[in-house]
Amino acid sequence: MNAHDVSSAIARPDFAAIAQWVAPGTKVLDLGCGDGSLLRYLQQTRNTRGYGVEIADANIATCVKNGINVIQMDLETGLSIFESNSFDYVILSQTLQAMKNTEIVVREMLRVGREGIVTFPNFGYWRHRLQVVRGHMPVSTRLPYQWYDTPNVHLCTLKDFEEFCDSHGVHILERAVMSNGSLVSVMPNLLGSLAVYRFERGS
Amino acid sequence: MPDSTSVGVVAPQRARFDAPITLRSGTTLPGYELVFETYGTLNAAKSNAVLVCHALSGNHHVAGVYSEQDKRPGWWDSMIGPGKPIDTGRFFVIGVNNLGGCHGSTGPSSTDPQTGKPYGASFPVVTVDDWVETQARLADHLGIQRFAVVMGGSLGGMQALAWSITHPERVAHALVIAAAPKLTAQNIAFNDVARQAILTDPDFHGGNFYEHGVTPKRGLRLARMLGHITYLSDDVMGSKFGRVLRSGTFNFGFDVEFEIESYLRYQGDKFAESFDANTYLLMTKALDYFDPTHHHKDGNLSQALAPATAGFLVVSFTSDWRFAPDRSREIVKALLDNERSVSYAEITSAHGHDAFLMEDEHYHDVVRAYMANIDLGPAA
Repeated sequence: MNAHDVSSAIARPDFAAIAQWVAPGTKVLDLGCGDGSLLRYLQQTRNTRGYGVEIADANIATCVKNGINVIQMDLETGLSIFESNSFDYVILSQTLQAMKNTEIVVREMLRVGREGIVTFPNFGYWRHRLQVVRGHMPVSTRLPYQWYDTPNVHLCTLKDFEEFCDSHGVHILERAVMSNGSLVSVMPNLLGSLAVYRFERGS
Repeated sequence: MPDSTSVGVVAPQRARFDAPITLRSGTTLPGYELVFETYGTLNAAKSNAVLVCHALSGNHHVAGVYSEQDKRPGWWDSMIGPGKPIDTGRFFVIGVNNLGGCHGSTGPSSTDPQTGKPYGASFPVVTVDDWVETQARLADHLGIQRFAVVMGGSLGGMQALAWSITHPERVAHALVIAAAPKLTAQNIAFNDVARQAILTDPDFHGGNFYEHGVTPKRGLRLARMLGHITYLSDDVMGSKFGRVLRSGTFNFGFDVEFEIESYLRYQGDKFAESFDANTYLLMTKALDYFDPTHHHKDGNLSQALAPATAGFLVVSFTSDWRFAPDRSREIVKALLDNERSVSYAEITSAHGHDAFLMEDEHYHDVVRAYMANIDLGPAA
């Protein structure tokens, strides 16, 4: 691992969790890929190939600069540019909570990919709950926005997401819950600030 | 003070090709000349060559000026030069006037050696594939086996796409900008109106107007006016001209009243003075015929692009309705289906199709980033 990878993994603790689930040499689609750090991390640590999808202008040039194949488009309009079953993994990292059409995006992830991986901030994290109890919307490192400027329109807890999967024919394969970069195994819906799920189409 | 980001004063060169070329139409030209310009220096490994293909009304004069006093640099000067997105400090850039053109390469206004008269109507219809073939011969002439980049906007982007399909081993990267995999019926329709304007001009004389000492300026002017409307967006026309009246009041006549009329007529006149009507016909025909799926079942673009191995950067502009982003996305989809290396940028711009010629921070950043990432190999 070079310095860039290490710093990426520190900056985004979900990277390492995602990487351990991605089989070497597979094809990955990263939705909302930002500056391409995750794809670069996966290319370097798991020898993956694939593409990123991103909407922000500044991120496109950065991805290109980093040698990441990036497609500039709005995820909310669907993934019709990608063929069904054309990827091993479709990743939605820290973007689910900001999607307007959550159901369509998850459905599209599982149409295009064999498996989906999502990460999102856990709204049920105890610090978030405490702030609500005290009468405020939560603001934290994982939810760094004020109520009036947040892009997050569909926040959920672990429980909420698992119920969503249950009712939408999504079969969860694995879950990793994290807090401060470490795995949380006890009372994850209370003690975890970040959730990472791997899933497939339910039978 | 000289502009340090300009390639400076440049001069066109000529190359003569005496090997006959059989065109897609079946016609054979015994020989031809191409006029071209180059900027920057070809490295020892000859691995840093960039071929810039021009669009309908373009030519080989892509960057730089013809004298210190020249106020009108080449048509893509904003893109190409020292420190510019296509950095001539690193790349050797070639601009070439296409066969059938009217800026020095053999075309309808050139003298047919068999008759001693201008070709006129007898000049064969040329296609994008024919251009690629002649450009490949120019590359041979310059000792370039493989281009680092073949690029172009609009019809130029179609040539870059054709290069990547027909000569995959000779193209490391293709930059396909404001292009389309083939024209739509609407787009062909615009071209046909433009052609009809020329063909029905009494001064056209069936294409042999040279010997009559006239040029079909009225037709060419109308063709250009129509084209120009389609290269701009409604928004940019509105913001630039609106309904502004030149004299501030209605004159209840048919002379120039609205500013947009004045602008279009000026553009039409300027073009009709300098462009060849037969070349205009040929260029629009090449656009209409371009379709890499022509020989594929069900018009499948993914199959048609399967031979292409280049890395691709595809760029479109949001307000371009002549070569809309959807058309570029078709190219991207076909490349994705083939698991090719491709990035796609959709530039937010109000300038319509012409946006590809203009300076735009995001657009230029992406092209610059793509070019900077190209590996020229050890000898570079």
